[in-house]
Amino acid sequence: MKNCLKKIGCPSIEELKNSPAFPKKEDYLKGPIAVIECVEEIPCNPCETSCAKGAISVGKPITNLPYIDFEKCSGCGICVAACPGLAIYVKDYCYSEDEALITFPYEYLPLPKVGDTVAAAGRNGQEICQGKIVKVFQSKVGNKTVLISMVYSKQFFDEVVTMKRLKMNA
Amino acid sequence: MPLVVIGAGPAGLSAAIEAAKAGVKVLVIDENSKPGGQLFKQIHKFFGSKEHKAGTRGFDIGTLLLEETKRLGIEVWLNAEVCGIDKNKNIWIVRSGKESVNIEAGAIVLASGATENAISFDGWTLPGVMSAGAAQTMINVHRVLPGKKIVMLGSGNVGVIVSYQLLQAGAEVMAIVEAAPALGGYGVHTAKVCRAGVPFYTSHTISRAIGKSSVEAVETVQLDKTWKPVPGTEKLLDADTICLATGLTPLVELAWTAGCKFCYIPELGGHIPIHDAYMETTIEKVFVAGDISGVEEASTAMEEGQLAGINAAAALGYYDKEGKDRLSEVVWDKLDSLRCGAFGEKRKLAKERIIAAAKELVV
Repeated sequence: MKNCLKKIGCPSIEELKNSPAFPKKEDYLKGPIAVIECVEEIPCNPCETSCAKGAISVGKPITNLPYIDFEKCSGCGICVAACPGLAIYVKDYCYSEDEALITFPYEYLPLPKVGDTVAAAGRNGQEICQGKIVKVFQSKVGNKTVLISMVYSKQFFDEVVTMKRLKMNA
Repeated sequence: MPLVVIGAGPAGLSAAIEAAKAGVKVLVIDENSKPGGQLFKQIHKFFGSKEHKAGTRGFDIGTLLLEETKRLGIEVWLNAEVCGIDKNKNIWIVRSGKESVNIEAGAIVLASGATENAISFDGWTLPGVMSAGAAQTMINVHRVLPGKKIVMLGSGNVGVIVSYQLLQAGAEVMAIVEAAPALGGYGVHTAKVCRAGVPFYTSHTISRAIGKSSVEAVETVQLDKTWKPVPGTEKLLDADTICLATGLTPLVELAWTAGCKFCYIPELGGHIPIHDAYMETTIEKVFVAGDISGVEEASTAMEEGQLAGINAAAALGYYDKEGKDRLSEVVWDKLDSLRCGAFGEKRKLAKERIIAAAKELVV
């Protein structure tokens, strides 16, 4: 779908593939890398300034879309914590033979716990498969944005971008 | 008083800080019981670059501004309503609803902000219908959930940001309804609520709020290409709260009473006091900054505030032409970087029309 972002609210795979930062299949073969879902020119560049490896460039004007050099990206996740738009996650296609790992930003309470089985969700919130939480990470650079690492089936590698929110007082 | 700043939001505080840095004695007046304007309701991270405090949450920026205000010894009057300004910059203030005070100002910065627009539909006076800003104040300042099932009208940044914050506060957002055929807010904001499972209805509006003593359901209707309701497309949504995020209008009454000339710029919220690139209105030494000079966002409001503060200081003799141009140049660059791209370009062109109107008046 061409105008998914301005109609449905989330970008389609086609819109993402047309953006300069979105990885190609072969980029995933080197291990964990940052995936930026930023397809609209807004004035913002903390992804660029947060990256210690200099892998992300926005340049001037700061409304340029970000570009990633996957040779330099180590998948450390600092940009995931720094992005004000919560539009970056790290995906590792090589996590295991049939499982992938995603580290995504999360700003809801309650937080999941390591070992929890949760519902892995796609771009429009639909449940896609089960996910297992392997890390819940809070840092100063995250400034209250928590990074959640979740393992899920490789079969749904592209579709999964987050987890379903946990109910309050559940 | 050499400089009086009216409004202690991001624009007003930034103006006061810049002027005080130049050595000007400044008084800030605000009708609210706390300073900071809308900043303390903004729990999300701001965009921009390092110079615009990108990645910092709004309330943290509010705290930084208040610390700076305190450090510079700027006097702040709260619960103080400005009721009028005359051509000689005499300001009439009512303090705490009791005491009437007159202050003659050398220069004034008007940073009174904006007010939320409402739209009416059947049942819109039922309890449970409120502005998005009111809901945001309830959850983020008073920590009260206005309802459990929310329908948001308007998909601009205010609508999507407040929807996200309502989810964070524990409510369900049943839908975000948008009359235009395309969503208005930043894609990263819409994507954030979309992956939380919130549906968007473009080319739709709210036709009716249903309920006996408060909202119990919401009726939506599809709009055709001419924005007219399509009969037979009514749908009922289960909801107890309707939030209206249908735009903002600059709060310009004080600029009218001061005698400022106006222009009409719909993209920036309507009637705007004409001002030049230095934020000075058609009344000498009366400046504007923030939403009163055209509705944008907190990041641009802070930059405009700095610009007004620098140039108010210059008008009072604290900078010469060269000094004020050098400092203004830095702020103009920062403003330009916020006003480009698909979203910013429109605002930049609209701001240029205001400045062009000012030039015309001078000629």
